[in-house]
Amino acid sequence: MIRFILRRLLASIPVLLLVSLITFGLLWLVPGDPASMFLDAGATAEALDRVRREMGLDQPFLVRMAQWYGRVLQGDLGQSLLLNRSVAGAILERLPVTLSLTALAFVVSVMLGVAAGVLAAVRHGRLADQGMMTLALIGLSIPEFWLGLVLIWLIAVMVPIFPAGDYVAFATDPWQWAYHIALPTFSLACVQMGFVARMTRSSMLEVLGQDFIRTARAKGLPESYVVVRHGLHNAMVPIVTVMGIMVGALLGGAVVTEQVFSIPGLGRLIIGAVLSRDFPVIQGGLLFLALIYLAVNLAVDLLYAAIDPRVRLE
Amino acid sequence: MSAAAHTATTVAPPPSSRHLAFLRRLLANRSFTIGLVLVGAVVLMALLANLIAPFDPLKGNFKARMVPPGAGHWLGTDHFGRDILSRILHGAQVSLRIGFLVALFTAVAGAVIGATAGYFRYADGPVMRLMDAFMAFPPIILAIAISAVLGASVTNVVIALAIAATPHTARVVRASVMVVREMEYVEAARALGAGHARILLRHVLANAMAPLVVRVTYVFAIAILNEAVLSFIGVGPPPPTPTFGAIIANGRDFIVAAPWITVAPGMAILVSVLGLNMLGDGLRDVLDPRMAVTTR
Repeated sequence: MIRFILRRLLASIPVLLLVSLITFGLLWLVPGDPASMFLDAGATAEALDRVRREMGLDQPFLVRMAQWYGRVLQGDLGQSLLLNRSVAGAILERLPVTLSLTALAFVVSVMLGVAAGVLAAVRHGRLADQGMMTLALIGLSIPEFWLGLVLIWLIAVMVPIFPAGDYVAFATDPWQWAYHIALPTFSLACVQMGFVARMTRSSMLEVLGQDFIRTARAKGLPESYVVVRHGLHNAMVPIVTVMGIMVGALLGGAVVTEQVFSIPGLGRLIIGAVLSRDFPVIQGGLLFLALIYLAVNLAVDLLYAAIDPRVRLE
Repeated sequence: MSAAAHTATTVAPPPSSRHLAFLRRLLANRSFTIGLVLVGAVVLMALLANLIAPFDPLKGNFKARMVPPGAGHWLGTDHFGRDILSRILHGAQVSLRIGFLVALFTAVAGAVIGATAGYFRYADGPVMRLMDAFMAFPPIILAIAISAVLGASVTNVVIALAIAATPHTARVVRASVMVVREMEYVEAARALGAGHARILLRHVLANAMAPLVVRVTYVFAIAILNEAVLSFIGVGPPPPTPTFGAIIANGRDFIVAAPWITVAPGMAILVSVLGLNMLGDGLRDVLDPRMAVTTR
């Protein structure tokens, strides 16, 4: 297992280097002069010079790249052009908000999605199956930011059950946090719920058709025990493998959902930076999200290897 | 399946009847037919937008601002007095065109990159590490960043969304190419002296198409969803171009006073994406029954 972990860690080094190269190269895609894109058309030559210097644009490409790597390796993502503070500081301050929203949506979508998928598989071909799968398909096809807006209209304004925003930090008041984050979580979890439900159903159907399930039933085990212990435990393996992809989708969705519900997280920071062309913040945010995603995928791979020893030999 | 393969070795049926049989199997699939009807309806409405839209989608009317749905304006008007139905019909044109172009570019780029990595062993490592690096970014964030950097326009939105969707597609193509590469008919073609280009195009890619077709259908659906996100955030095609996402963004501030501005275009996205997802499910059932459910 230790050898597997070491090999997996080593394999992620080239990917990490490429990820940071892509993030750095993003600025190179800017048509024309990034500094003049950040400033207005009427900016003075001095202001342009100052921003160019702040962004390091007065240096040759390779020098800039070397400097970028040197700084990033020390955890320095540079200065925001707009916020007048360090990019890393601004990101770290907002990260917990985004991570808590993502984590909560992840738990909700896995729990409800697995439950729906198991129910559909057990009632294969019947009304409950068709109903669940129709719901899952619709969930998969709904634009999550639009669902958020509709939920605000229906469940926050028309029938005021949950608040439509006004984020409360978990540290301030856990109950208020849960109450205020309920609607964003649901609108974010919806898509992945549909996805998990469909995966669980097809995986369960495959497992439930196998010989050891028939044996378990023939032994006289109660049906619920067969479905959960023998069925679900084996059916979860393919679901674990896609958990990494799910977290990526949820992180991306969280960025947009924060915008709808005015939640002060990483997403609002990045989108604010996007709209004001604050390039260092865009780059820093991208790099951070990619690092989180890579770390999650590493954890998923290790978890997978722990569940299924055959993986370690590949 | 084995029966069909058997007849193929003895007397190959004329291609037209094989295609007919395939079409018949597709049309017997409920998911595919429903999807086809939904997508067909949306495409038809988009194509006929210039003829059937009751109003100019860009022209406001200050006497008819935020009119609720009713006889004159079936889906109401927005805060400029623009007819929502007309904007949705014209928006469908833009949004579907973006989705189609993204699907097309992703299919070509995914096929080229995936086939290169899957067929040439020495290319596999470097190419796939690069794809892994692109896949480390949540796709929508990558698209937002690229679109923001390139500047807002229809072309740049297509580029951004295609870049975000290509790595996963390349991985799908690579996986099926690696299976086909080892087939006996590929070895036979090589033994007959066929070059790499001929083997790749005529034998490998032709036989590895099924997963790509399915994936590209889903990419179309994802592109419509993600275009809406980009427009909603403000890095989509610049106003006043109507797109599904842009109309929703307009309605956002009036979600309480005039919910129809927001609700109707969202339903249009839902119908288009649902239709495409059902098409994809149907294609998958018929072409490639073993493929797992795909994600966004």
